[in-house]
Amino acid sequence: MSVPFVLFYIFAALAVVSALAMILNVRNTVASVMSLVVTMVSLAGIYVLLAAYLVAAIQIMVYGGAIVVLFLFVVMLLNLRSDEFLPARQRWMKFAGALLGVFLLVEGLRLLGGFHEPPPLPEGFGGYRLLGLSLYTDYLLIVEVISLLLTAAIVGALILAKREID
Amino acid sequence: MVPVDHVIGLSALLFVIGLVGVMTRRNLIVMLMSIELMLNAVNLAFVGFNRLWPQGPVGAGEASLDGQVFVLTVIAVAAAEVAVGLGIVISMFRNRDSVNIDDVSLLRW
Amino acid sequence: MPVEVIVKTLFILFVVIGALAPVMTWTERKQSAVMQDRIGANRADISGITVLGLLHPLADVVKLLTKEDVVPRGANRVMHLLAPIVAAVPAVIAYGVIPFAGVYTFGGETISMVVSNADWGLLYIFAIGSIATYGTVMAGWSSNSNWSLLGAMRASAQMISYEVTMGLSVVGIFMVFGTLQLQTMALEQDTSFRILGFLEYLIPGFQLPALFSAFPFVLPKWGIFLQPLGFLMFLATIMAENKRPPFDVPEGESEIIAGYFTEYSGMRFGLFFMAEFIEVVVIAGLVTTLFLGGWTIPWVSTAGFIGAVTPAVGEGVATGLCVIVQFLMFMAKVVVMIWLQMSLRWGLPRFRYDHVMDLCWKGILPLSIVNIFVTGALLLLVGDAS
Repeated sequence: MSVPFVLFYIFAALAVVSALAMILNVRNTVASVMSLVVTMVSLAGIYVLLAAYLVAAIQIMVYGGAIVVLFLFVVMLLNLRSDEFLPARQRWMKFAGALLGVFLLVEGLRLLGGFHEPPPLPEGFGGYRLLGLSLYTDYLLIVEVISLLLTAAIVGALILAKREID
Repeated sequence: MVPVDHVIGLSALLFVIGLVGVMTRRNLIVMLMSIELMLNAVNLAFVGFNRLWPQGPVGAGEASLDGQVFVLTVIAVAAAEVAVGLGIVISMFRNRDSVNIDDVSLLRW
Repeated sequence: MPVEVIVKTLFILFVVIGALAPVMTWTERKQSAVMQDRIGANRADISGITVLGLLHPLADVVKLLTKEDVVPRGANRVMHLLAPIVAAVPAVIAYGVIPFAGVYTFGGETISMVVSNADWGLLYIFAIGSIATYGTVMAGWSSNSNWSLLGAMRASAQMISYEVTMGLSVVGIFMVFGTLQLQTMALEQDTSFRILGFLEYLIPGFQLPALFSAFPFVLPKWGIFLQPLGFLMFLATIMAENKRPPFDVPEGESEIIAGYFTEYSGMRFGLFFMAEFIEVVVIAGLVTTLFLGGWTIPWVSTAGFIGAVTPAVGEGVATGLCVIVQFLMFMAKVVVMIWLQMSLRWGLPRFRYDHVMDLCWKGILPLSIVNIFVTGALLLLVGDAS
């Protein structure tokens, strides 16, 4: 019953509740986007508990601070206010509900049987120093490919959102 | 003492919630957000497993942060995907004045 | 352990922020008045005693508390209520990692005068800055009015653009000091370096004469001397990030009424208002720690100070005295930075919005990348900044 243990459950509950709020909220699209932010931030909290500090900071900065703001921009620009569940989709919803229910049953039964203790951590785990070393020595190719991917995405987004192609 | 097994369970739960969101919601923006939620669930699984095995794959003494490197990759890919996806949403909205996916579906069924 | 954290948190809340933020409503009016050659606000009084207008902050608070809380019709009430909170909380908690005094040993126990000595302190501040965007956006959207929405869109675009350049302009400092922990950065700035020391690297075998290692040619190892371009860029970007004038298009006082908080009145507006002033204190504290040496006294290092005073009053009292002096030094530098920000506010005209965005993406971004390159090259060549 230590502090990280309790904190993990608090963050987990928050993440699940806001994820459910995001997909179930039909009337207010902006509230859905805000629930996504709460999910992101609580996941970042869980990352900190799992000793992934740099990843947590980047999650808040990139996901919570930029990606979801992009969603918010689009929702506000297009002035989307509400949505509704079409009657034809009710079948899908029942199927989805059944899927969720089965999953919860199976997972719940499995998880009730205790858990492993995580092993002790080496020094500097999850810090920027070790992560930077990994990124720039072992995984240098990934970094370069990501930069190419982001450039392509910027160009693509610009072209897609232009009003007329000259 | 974070229960890492429950972390993996949480990741699976969030993934299924995201999946349910993609299947049932017809608003394209909420569908994109549900996809982001699925990607986040995968990130959580990566970080959880990395915490469970912080040493290298052969069991050497040094720390291996492969999971976290991959999480950074996934975040970057998600950012790129959201940028392009939202560009598509905006041009779709300009064409048909709706972001409901049923309105743009040209298939029979 | 937790008691220590609580004490330090309360200390920051009540002494550092509490002493500076309310006084700033007064400072802003008086400084602008002095700069514009007029008297400023000095009529608030308690039974006829005016104290140079120092009672104005109190008058402001009373006024804001007693005003009616108007929520526009058709607005989302929950978001309207949450927006000022989401704007104010990041400003206050950013102070959690700023060190206001050094690391001391009291009878064998080492205390570091910062609330949280997290290894990734600087990243925490950027993450908090990203969250502050939401307060603005929620305020604009939930007010259900065109002017607010316009202000909110401009504000969020400006804030997320400047987050990028804010991060990049600090990379130079990060490379020089080699750590993201703000307390360690302040400790590194505790020493001095010789200005002409680089000559020893350029001309092998050359030793500087002793004259050049003494007082006038020795500068404290502060960030501003090691990274002048970084200092200018960081100051510009963090002022733009917090929507401080001259970058305050979102609040455009003469263009779109009050921008994203047009529809706010009473204490909700008061919270936004306070959030902006607390952000000014945060900017001052952050720039002080990164570039102006934090709590260090120029040319006098901590060990030197304690060593000099100990023969007179004994070790424990000397350390206590050192704490007080360094804390006062920190406050003095913060006050200087606040003065600088206020002068910039009242001295410069407002940027046009497209100028703001051009400055970020076409001006500061390339400059910060050049700064990173030059710093990296210098570090490789010279090795150590002494």
